[in-house]
Amino acid sequence: MEDWVITAENLTKVYKMGEVEVHALRGVSLKIKRGEVVAIMGPSGSGKSTIMNILGCLDRPTSGEYILDGEVVQSLNDDQLADIRNRKVGFVFQSFNLLPRQTSLANVELPLRYAGMTSGRKERARASLEAVGLGDRMLHRPTELSGGQQQRVAIARALVNNPAIIMADEPTGNLDSKVGQEIMDLLLGLNRDKGTTLILVTHDPKIGAQAQRTIRLIDGLVEDGA
Amino acid sequence: MNLWQSILEALESLAANKMRSGLTILGIVIGVAAVIAMLAVGTGAQDTITGSISGIGTNLLFVFRSRDDSIRNPKPLTLGDADAIADPFQAPSVEAVAPILDGSATISYGGEMTRATLDGVTPAYFSVRNYTVVEGDYITEEHILGRASVALVGPELADTLFGRHDGITGETIRIEGQPFRVIGVLEAKGGGMMGSQDNVALVPFSTAQTRLLRRSPQDRVDVIFVQAVSADLVSQAANEIADILRTRHRTPIGADDFTVFSQEDFVQTAETITGVLTIFLGGIAGISLLVGGIGIMNIMLVSVTERTREIGLRKALGARKRDILIQFLTESSLLSMIGGLVGILVGWGIATLVEVIAANSGTPFATSIGLDAVLLATIFSAAVGLFFGIYPANRAANLEPVEALRYE
Repeated sequence: MEDWVITAENLTKVYKMGEVEVHALRGVSLKIKRGEVVAIMGPSGSGKSTIMNILGCLDRPTSGEYILDGEVVQSLNDDQLADIRNRKVGFVFQSFNLLPRQTSLANVELPLRYAGMTSGRKERARASLEAVGLGDRMLHRPTELSGGQQQRVAIARALVNNPAIIMADEPTGNLDSKVGQEIMDLLLGLNRDKGTTLILVTHDPKIGAQAQRTIRLIDGLVEDGA
Repeated sequence: MNLWQSILEALESLAANKMRSGLTILGIVIGVAAVIAMLAVGTGAQDTITGSISGIGTNLLFVFRSRDDSIRNPKPLTLGDADAIADPFQAPSVEAVAPILDGSATISYGGEMTRATLDGVTPAYFSVRNYTVVEGDYITEEHILGRASVALVGPELADTLFGRHDGITGETIRIEGQPFRVIGVLEAKGGGMMGSQDNVALVPFSTAQTRLLRRSPQDRVDVIFVQAVSADLVSQAANEIADILRTRHRTPIGADDFTVFSQEDFVQTAETITGVLTIFLGGIAGISLLVGGIGIMNIMLVSVTERTREIGLRKALGARKRDILIQFLTESSLLSMIGGLVGILVGWGIATLVEVIAANSGTPFATSIGLDAVLLATIFSAAVGLFFGIYPANRAANLEPVEALRYE
């Protein structure tokens, strides 16, 4: 029996824009194995962002069933979702999204604080920063770091709670191709060494090609790869 | 998230916008300072006024003619009334009685001329009113019998006429043009309810009655000061006086043509007036605190909008509604509490300034900042921060993470 970290059955999502209903997802089913590297690709408007938000527990599906790491997610309330995001999902965003006035260390500590951890936070955050090769930039603020370094801080932050999945939304979109490849190598290396499930949301075929499997979405439906 | 961490983080984000935070705090500073200063001045005024009323004498009662126009055939107070009140058989609770004629007169010495309070008094007046002379003698029974042309002057009047208030016994002054020999100088009493009590000349009752403050009927008196035997007997003495006067004036029940007022009544009236004044001033000051609170709400709403992405990120990382709520409430409470603390200091400064100005203008006046006022201001300003912070914080806490992250 396979070890599925994500099982999604027939997910739909309908947005109401005034009188008009927009069907962003029209019944998406997919499964992702633990330790897998999966790319979710598709043109804009394909429902790529919507499925990422739902898989990342930022949003709830209108209907369908979603099980993340053994937890049934679609019926949870806001605070329970926050708790799932905190424990099971690590986010890496295109625009890094670091707190500008906080040091790298404080940024990486943030998920641990929301987890209610009171002691040993600094040690965990430090270890996580060392794992992404920023052991010497702990007390720098984002403005004092290059784009690649900022994205490494963001990856350290995503890793710090040992999440079940890392959800990377165009992680190289704001970086030049050389630095972008370094970030990809880092993410793939973490997947290899720690077995962290990696979900890449991208429209860049070069990034998609580095995944073990690609799920293609078009018009709110899975075209192939699920 | 522990409290200390929240406070540190809130301070950091307030420090990121120093100008904005400073101006918001200023709004609260002004409000709290105004409340503190107003309460301090109000309490000080109350203490000063009640103090000066107590300075008039001890266990004192005042008998006036009633000012009620609806009473038919009112009879004036007379010397006969005063004598009746002084009768220990009719009024056993009365210690001493001092009827006076109260008016004002032009008083001159050499080239100096001024207007001062002129009272015709009896020897009992000095003990009843706690008056002492700093030089010379009191008005005696002989002066009364002889309608002597003698006067005691208050220190302020002495200063005006002579440029000094000692060594003037034996000089001759003119009251309404008539010569009077100064037999002594009264001790300084300071400002009272109705202007200075030191710009005064006292003459024998009979002299005033016949030559300076003529009244009709001739034996009429303006005020009768009555001293009760003890503090416990003040209200009983008031009843005895009222009974005597009702009998003598033959007034119908419930239509007294006189008023008996005790010192305690004066104190209570003064306290009521200053109390109302304090509440009124404090209330106006409170409005400025309210405006300061609205300032906080305004700035927090701006802050929430500006930091929408940050809020979205925090939620993505696992912040619950409560975490975001606490974060923003901590910021708004810190704004108001810093404002409150600074405001207390500024208010104390203003109160001290009022004191200095009062002292320099010759009316010593001690303001007092009670612990209650400080507590009130602290609690109130913290409450303002919480109250006006709730709406913006709630707005932040209820943002949808997806929308907030997408916000530009």
